[in-house]
Amino acid sequence: MSGSRAPGRGVRHLYVHLPFCAHRCGYCDFVTLVGRGGEHDAYVDALLAELALERRRLAPRVETVFLGGGTPTFTQPEALERLLAALPDADEVTVEANPETVTPALARLLSRNRVNRVSLGAQTFHTSLLSVLERRCGPDDVRRAMHTLRDAGFDNISLDLLYGIPGQTAADLDADIESALSLAPEHVSYYELEAKPGTRFTHAHGEELARQAEAMEGYFERVVEALVGAGYRWYETANFCRAAREARHNLGYWLGRDYLGVGIGAVSTLGLERRRNAPKLAGYVSALARGQAPPREVETLDEETKRRERLMLGLRLDRPLPLASVGAAVEPTALARAERLGLAERRGASLVLTPRGRFLGGAVTAELMA
Amino acid sequence: MSLEHIRNFSIVAHIDHGKSTLADRILEVTSTLTEREMREQVLDSMELERERGITIKAQAVRVEWKGHQLNLIDTPGHVDFTYEVSRALQACEGALLVVDAAQGIQAQTLANAYLALENDLEIVPVVNKIDLPSADPEGAAAEVADLIGEDHERVVRISAKTGTGVEDVLDAIVERIPPPAGDAGAPGRALVFDSAYDQYRGVVAFVRVVDGEFRPRERLRAMAQGTTFETEELGFFSPERTPTPTLSAGEVGYVITGLKDVSRLRVGDTLTQDARRAAAPVPGYKEVKPTVFAGLFPTDSDEYPDLRDALEKLKLNDASLFYEPETSQALGFGFRCGFLGLLHMEIVRERLEREFDLDLLVTAPNVAYRVMTKAGEEVEVHNPSDFPREVETVEEPYIRATTIVPKEHVGAVMELNNERRGRFDHMEYLSEERVLLTYDLPLGEIVYDYYDQLKSRTKGYASFDYDVLGFRPGNLVRVDVMLAGDPVDALSIIVHRDSAYGRGRALVDRLREEIPRQMFDVPVQAAIGSRIIARETIKAKRKDVLAKCYGGDITRKRKLIERQKKGKKRMKQVGTVEVPQEAFLAVLDLNGERR
Repeated sequence: MSGSRAPGRGVRHLYVHLPFCAHRCGYCDFVTLVGRGGEHDAYVDALLAELALERRRLAPRVETVFLGGGTPTFTQPEALERLLAALPDADEVTVEANPETVTPALARLLSRNRVNRVSLGAQTFHTSLLSVLERRCGPDDVRRAMHTLRDAGFDNISLDLLYGIPGQTAADLDADIESALSLAPEHVSYYELEAKPGTRFTHAHGEELARQAEAMEGYFERVVEALVGAGYRWYETANFCRAAREARHNLGYWLGRDYLGVGIGAVSTLGLERRRNAPKLAGYVSALARGQAPPREVETLDEETKRRERLMLGLRLDRPLPLASVGAAVEPTALARAERLGLAERRGASLVLTPRGRFLGGAVTAELMA
Repeated sequence: MSLEHIRNFSIVAHIDHGKSTLADRILEVTSTLTEREMREQVLDSMELERERGITIKAQAVRVEWKGHQLNLIDTPGHVDFTYEVSRALQACEGALLVVDAAQGIQAQTLANAYLALENDLEIVPVVNKIDLPSADPEGAAAEVADLIGEDHERVVRISAKTGTGVEDVLDAIVERIPPPAGDAGAPGRALVFDSAYDQYRGVVAFVRVVDGEFRPRERLRAMAQGTTFETEELGFFSPERTPTPTLSAGEVGYVITGLKDVSRLRVGDTLTQDARRAAAPVPGYKEVKPTVFAGLFPTDSDEYPDLRDALEKLKLNDASLFYEPETSQALGFGFRCGFLGLLHMEIVRERLEREFDLDLLVTAPNVAYRVMTKAGEEVEVHNPSDFPREVETVEEPYIRATTIVPKEHVGAVMELNNERRGRFDHMEYLSEERVLLTYDLPLGEIVYDYYDQLKSRTKGYASFDYDVLGFRPGNLVRVDVMLAGDPVDALSIIVHRDSAYGRGRALVDRLREEIPRQMFDVPVQAAIGSRIIARETIKAKRKDVLAKCYGGDITRKRKLIERQKKGKKRMKQVGTVEVPQEAFLAVLDLNGERR
């Protein structure tokens, strides 16, 4: 299966977590820290120290680097620049950005440090819905950020959007899609807003989300229809791209490749070992300051589990999944049934979901999984 | 003790009118139990009985009062156990008829009074709970006195709770109830009025000796069934088991038989000495037959062997429980069980769940049908899915239902009975306020949500009782339910043709609500034969995805999918459709089906 796990080749995908945010949005369940301006430098030091410890695992030529958060672009510019400069060269270097943080100066900073892709957290173009989400930007910030990035020469920009925001009507959704398309992004991620347990948001809006759950079927269909109609490829359950503009970093996850994650809360999958750094900043910084690996949990996978994950991830993609790579993780009778129901197709030695199968991808995966 | 000094009596009462409390008080007043030994409601030995306020199994206790031996024979207090009650009453010469001073006569008071009169018992009317603020002792006394044609002054007024009047009751027993007759020199005859299973000693028979004298180590014969055994021990309860060298004519006690199966010694049979047999048994023996049937399935199919073992054990103690293996496509392996009535069914179900820790799915109860097929064959059907599709004629069991209600609810009862295909029989004013109504009703209409309806339409004021009349012809059809074209055997019902559409519609609507949407459209249909009478469609799901999945989410998302997979495995597969266990439970739950 994934060639990246062959000895000597090394890991080709690197994730760097920058947890700092100006504000924690109600629906967020990522590892984030509000403010902490005084600690950005120390954190970057620690990141670089962790990277140095793990460097030997990386392939001589890294394919992708992804800076996620948090709000990576909220990190103090000097610290951010110091980090970017020290990261290995890669074909695709993505930084997540909140629209209100994108200034010409930031765009230049990213550009001169080999960042060639920006993922912009737009979420919606409706002021009232942005405030439901507790986002700090306005609709105009998204447009301005897009233009600023274009002016700085970025030709690979992704917009992150949400549907299912409490109070969002079908007309609101259509208007959002239209606004997004008018900005001509190379890539769009369109997620259903999830009420994650324990978040402030779930507490406030959980019931509303449960009420509107059924309407979400129609919303998802609208999203797919509109973006495919506009010439985007629905290449992953929640992701759409212009030709050859897939998120290569994320594709690494979906293809079951190994990846190295550094920073608090970051996850790495290295062969049969999956590890997650502890989410506490202080413990992370102090361990690395002593030259030690940060505190982390390790989960040992077995081949069977890996195959099940490969199945789950592979079926999110529009490209056929080689049956040989998932082997016994697929139940043959279930596969025959899914084919009969028009949800999946066998193409030669590969498996692919039909469009209807993709809308039911989670259920089909559960059905097929042995 | 000479016959002259023996009194055998029962206490009969409507549920909650204070039978058990009075029994406890009698034990206390006669010093059979000291107060320290006193456990609330000693006679109701099963936990369940105490909670439900009813007595399932009769027992007999001997007490001493002013030089007399009084045998108190406890009786079950519910319509399902009429036969057992009648055998217990046959063992007595008198009965205390207890009526709640606040509630007056209720349907079971009547049924029990009639049973007592049929057995030629001397009835001692007792009005209980005179201490209640809402009590109307004079009104209740007048009702009960009129009922049995007794002088109002002879009604004993008591409060079993406080003990007031309990000694008067004991005196009345001695004075009014005649001593037993019987020939101590004749060949032995002992009426078995109840039995229980002791795991160490086998079947224990509760008997009233009619003639002769019984001793340990004799070979006895049950005259109706032909079962023989050697008596291991004789005795009486006081209230604990007390062995004695003899039990003679007029006395009440127990016989330890050593038999390993209660069904070999049935209630109503007569014991006699095998070597010196009596000429004729005590009359009145009959084999009780189940009237209500339902399928019992473990919700977890792995528990099937546990359910089988549990039923075997229950059967040891309950000869009237009937069961045989049943296989359902929808519900898997289980048992088709027969019960004496709905309450009996509820008791069995609760005991299985409580004492044996089983999780059960019980199908909608039905009655027995006598079907004449087109081929001219007569069959008795206990399971709707065995009901032939082509029938010539069908007969169903009918009951004579007695209802007592305040007069303002008479209309509601009549309306309900008419809806349930009842035929009016008789109406009479018991007092200015209360009316007695009798109807002939198909039993099949009673097992379907009748009690709840009666209760809600009369605001809880109706009391109800019935006798089985026998089989009568009915225009009945079988309604089947299908999911995506495949019949769901557990949901087939037998109904009158006139209510087939409504019941079919209700089942279809309920299933549509309860079955989660699948990955394809699922038609839900109700049909009589090949004719569809109701149809709905469970529309296919259009979306079921995990929103996002990146490097940090993989473990969690995998676990979500694995959990979804496990959930699917717990579903029952009907053809191509996955049905959660809960959906069957919801549909089979009668209260939920009718709104």
